[in-house]
Amino acid sequence: MSIAITTQLICFTVLSLVVIIGALGVVLLESIVYSAFLLGGVFMSVAGLYLLLNASFVAAAQVLVYVGAVNVLIIFAIMLVNKKEDLKPINDIKSRRVISTSICLTLLSLLIRVDLTNVWSLSSPQNSIGEESTIRIGEHLFSDYLLPFEVASVLLLMAMIGAIVLARRDVMSKDISTGLPVDQELIEKSSEPLLTNKN
Amino acid sequence: MEYGLDLEYSFNEFLKGFGLSSEIAHIIWLPLPMLLVLVAAVVGVLVTVWLERKISAAAQQRIGPEYAGALGVLQPIADGLKLLVKEDIIPAKADGILFTAGPILVLVPVILSWLIVPFGQNLLISNVGIGIFLWIALSSIQPIGLLMSGYASNNKYSLLGGLRAAAQSISYEIPLALSVLAIVLMTNSLSTVDIVNQQSGAGILSWNIWRQPVGFIVFWICALAECERLPFDLPEAEEELVAGYQTEYAGMKFALFYLGSYINLILSALLVSILYLGGWGFPIPVELIAKFLNLPINAPFIQVFTASIGIVMTVLKAYLLVFIAILLRWTTPRVRIDQLLDLGWKFLLPISLANLLITAGLKLAFPQFFGG
Repeated sequence: MSIAITTQLICFTVLSLVVIIGALGVVLLESIVYSAFLLGGVFMSVAGLYLLLNASFVAAAQVLVYVGAVNVLIIFAIMLVNKKEDLKPINDIKSRRVISTSICLTLLSLLIRVDLTNVWSLSSPQNSIGEESTIRIGEHLFSDYLLPFEVASVLLLMAMIGAIVLARRDVMSKDISTGLPVDQELIEKSSEPLLTNKN
Repeated sequence: MEYGLDLEYSFNEFLKGFGLSSEIAHIIWLPLPMLLVLVAAVVGVLVTVWLERKISAAAQQRIGPEYAGALGVLQPIADGLKLLVKEDIIPAKADGILFTAGPILVLVPVILSWLIVPFGQNLLISNVGIGIFLWIALSSIQPIGLLMSGYASNNKYSLLGGLRAAAQSISYEIPLALSVLAIVLMTNSLSTVDIVNQQSGAGILSWNIWRQPVGFIVFWICALAECERLPFDLPEAEEELVAGYQTEYAGMKFALFYLGSYINLILSALLVSILYLGGWGFPIPVELIAKFLNLPINAPFIQVFTASIGIVMTVLKAYLLVFIAILLRWTTPRVRIDQLLDLGWKFLLPISLANLLITAGLKLAFPQFFGG
């Protein structure tokens, strides 16, 4: 076995272990801050897996978008609202856990079935383009994938406008057609408060 | 134009002369450039710390360090030794794991980014295809470390400092990336070596600073903000936040933050010189001088000479920028947080977008000047 293959194998083992253990930690840990930081670790390891697959541009984009933007924003939001309050105990927590575990296990078995039935080997391994991939991705984005690319940008714009409308209630204080003041409450179903009262 | 020294090839050939296989030779070679760059970065930090002390003293009409070595050149080493032997304190109510991991997460991406800094045609650790994009991606990891140490310190000033650092870093990354994108558009490549080669045509006249003046200024402002240097050092504004996210840190963990911020400053200066000031290029092309003196450009002696000139030029340009950064730090007041975010989102972002658009237009109109 050559040195390159051994290195690749060691890297793959370590990265997969970090992804699996980290992802379990994200779901199972009680502290939400630890979960958020572990999520960053999982994203980084996935970027490492992309690097092993010779997809360096995708790996860098993964780090930039998921770690640098998504994860930082998640941690940012957690820290802005991080009050040390206890969550209200839920009565039927055991049955809920059983249901969610069984759903997750079903999904996992589905994924394993896909893994086992699909033919993963490429027709010609000489096709790997390596460093050329940046150029190829650009070409595809501006030719045959132009429409999905633009639609995604419209989707992001809609999400941004929605966030601004939700955050800046004072901008749209009146109904456009009737001129009456609009109900400023959040539109959501009435539910029990999640936090226990402090006193 | 493949010219210049190939140290790796010669080193491998040298080892093969002793009967080693090429794989073993490669493994022996691998850590050498990394170690060299690490040492270069640390020495660069020592020099910068000394410069900072001396220039700030001059700006305030003091003498500055004088007794440690001639002109106080040993002062930064004394500083480092002091930090090394100090007690390593973790506050009782702090979160030990995150408290330790924070400084590491701040330092490691900065050092990794040195992977792409070229000092000559073949004088860099790895000419990866994604080049400058790797630096942008890596520098986006840093705010996680800052948030982590701010949270783990269990101190409101630390938390505020960490939050400010993350907000600042996110807002200034976007204009930074957009001004790099304008350069990439002109070069048709993300690789730092290609970016320098594209500027090497006519010496000082072909440097990107003449074709991208707006991009240069935007990039420099954003780089200063990413380094958290004054006028943008809000995360550690001492009058408001004690020392921001570093408040609870002492000893070697504090030294990691310190080292990280100075390595980041040198790295930013190096990248400005690579992107806008022609990298390792001499103001007059070396090939022209060699032709004028009737010297063969491929002779080993000339090769060594041009390589040394390249390294000297890169370091000289970087330290000129470091000097400007230090002068700025000791002569400008700090901006407020709302002014900082206004500057980032309402001024630099539109300007860098317009710069990108104009660059694209000029590239279509004058392909011979703006890259075809």
